[in-house]
Parts: sequence; structure tokens; C-alpha cells
Amino acid sequence: MKRATFDAIQTARAGKIPIALVVNLSDGAEALVTATTVDGALSDEIVAEARARLRDSKSGVVERGGGRWFVDCHNPPLRVIVVGAVHITQTLVPMAAVAGYEVVVIDPRASFATQERFPNVQLMDDWPDEAMEALAPDRRTAVITLTHDPKLDDPALHVALRSEAFYIACLGSRRTHASRLDRLRAEGFDDDTLARIHGPAGLPIGAVSPAEIALSVLAEMTAVLHEVPPPMKSANTNTASAA
Amino acid sequence: MTENTAFASVDDILGTAGTWLDEGRKVAVATVVKTWGSSPRPVGSRLVVDADGAMVGSVSGGCIEGAVIREAFEVMESGAPRMLDFGVSNEEAWDVGLACGGNVQVWVERLEG
Repeated sequence: MKRATFDAIQTARAGKIPIALVVNLSDGAEALVTATTVDGALSDEIVAEARARLRDSKSGVVERGGGRWFVDCHNPPLRVIVVGAVHITQTLVPMAAVAGYEVVVIDPRASFATQERFPNVQLMDDWPDEAMEALAPDRRTAVITLTHDPKLDDPALHVALRSEAFYIACLGSRRTHASRLDRLRAEGFDDDTLARIHGPAGLPIGAVSPAEIALSVLAEMTAVLHEVPPPMKSANTNTASAA
Repeated sequence: MTENTAFASVDDILGTAGTWLDEGRKVAVATVVKTWGSSPRPVGSRLVVDADGAMVGSVSGGCIEGAVIREAFEVMESGAPRMLDFGVSNEEAWDVGLACGGNVQVWVERLEG
């Protein structure tokens, strides 16, 4: 890999710009493709393929007309937005960070969202709907509400449900979740939209402690990310967040 | 790479490669480009190696790293990238196989200063 190629990839990553490195596997020639730029000699067909793969974050070998190219996708990190700087959040944040997520925590309550409780994390003390609008969740974003407080959770859900967020989950008991769905339905969200919400959040692994609940939520989020049916979720009892 | 710098450093394998190069070390980068069947690391996974055998990242669960490093030393010297095939069918060729029964192709190249 040439130093210039390497530097361009690192610059794109730092700027959170999706970029694909395309390596010709017969001679090692390198090219770089973003949504709007091409640096290097590639046919339009290969550029289109690289962009399609970049959108889907699917690195792999492309074979066309006897040639072979490796398309190596560098997308910005997946992101998880957590609403509620609560005890569970304190364990969920480092776990999600280790799993490769960029984490943002929203909580307008000053005593919850402190740097002391959440070192090295982006904290937002805006009202959740305003913070969420500013963050603009995309399809590489997960949204998890943990406050149990409709005043805080619901405004965040309004924005999340209108976005392409790949995972939306809410902590709370089945009863709490049923009343949440009733409120959102009354506010105009249809059942298909509401079915996107994973509630109660997390896989039923008998989680009790904050760390265990964080683990169960992260596990469910991982299953959804990789489009695997969340295991055990059909079981109707013993969800992780039966709080 | 993220705001969570305290946790993200283990994942910044390319960043480590750049740091090593800046320090004047010879660096080779091995990248999984294709997998068949069960393989422990997905396409795009990387192993970065220097001339002393220091490494970060991985291209398997540990089964083929030794062989990849040996190849990486040669690539570091010659500068000619090469493709390595690992798997049941190539067990004899590379003298290693994947315990999981999968096959992987690994592209090994020198990071040019």
C-alpha cells in the first residue's frame, strides 16, 4: 500500500467520509472511491460496484472481464445514541465502544449527564428531540432509550421512528411498553412503524445487574445489525429489562 | 477514530501501521479479501506486522497468523504483494490449515514509506 493511499484513507476516516480502497489483485494498483470522487484508473463499472459495496459496507472481491479487484470499505463507525444517562448507560457505553460503536449520550438532567459519570463520551444536555434532530440518525445508527420517563423517551422516539435507524429499543416492562405504544399510536404512528421498536429492550438472558442488562441490549442490537433473528425473543417471559 | 479514544485504540490497526512506519519500521499489511465456509474473521480484517514480528490485528482466530507473518517478512523485503490461500485444500501447500474447516484468501503487501 502506498503511503499516499494510506494517508488518504486515514484522512477520510478521521473526517468520517465513507471511502473504498480498490486494489487490482493482478498488479497491486490502488484506487480510492468515495460517493463523489475517484482517484485512480478504474472503469465506470468497477467504480459503480465499489460505491454499491460502500453503501452496504460489504468489502470483497469483484471479478469482471477476467480482472479481479478487492474492494475494501472504510465506513465511519456505527453509532449508538443512548437517551438517559442512567446506571445501565454507564456500563453500556464502554461495552458499545469496545464493540466498535461511537457513543452519544443524551440527558437534559444535569446531575445525570456528568463528565465524571461518563468520561470520554459525547454528552448532550439538550432536550432529546432537539438533540436527536441535530444528530440525524441514519441507517448505521442505533437508538436506545433508557430513562423510563415518557417526557424524555417519547420525544427521542418520535425522531428515531422517522429516521432509518437500524435498531430502536426501549427499556421498560411489558406494561410500560404497551402504554408507550398506545401513546405513540395516539400520536399518529402506525403499527408497522411501531413494530420497529424493540421493547422491552434486550435478549431474555435473565439479566439483573446494569452490566448484564447492557450486555443483553448489546447482544440484541448485534443480532439486528447482522439481520439474524434475535434468538429466544419469541419466548414471552423473562425479558432482560423487566424493570 | 471515535470520541471514545480510551476504548477504540485496539481497533485502529491501520493507525498503528502508520505510526510504525513513521518510526522508521518496516511494515507489512495482511488483509482478508475472501472467505468460504466458516472462517473466524470477516473480509477486510487486517494483521499488521513489522520486521521484528510485532503485530496488531488478526486475519484468523490464530491458526494462520504464523504463516502469514513468515510471508509478510518476505513481502517487507521484496515489496512485491502476494495472495495467500489457506484452507483444507491447500493444507499441504502452506503447511497450515484452518481448524474450523474454512478457506481464506489473504492479500499481503508492504506499506510503502
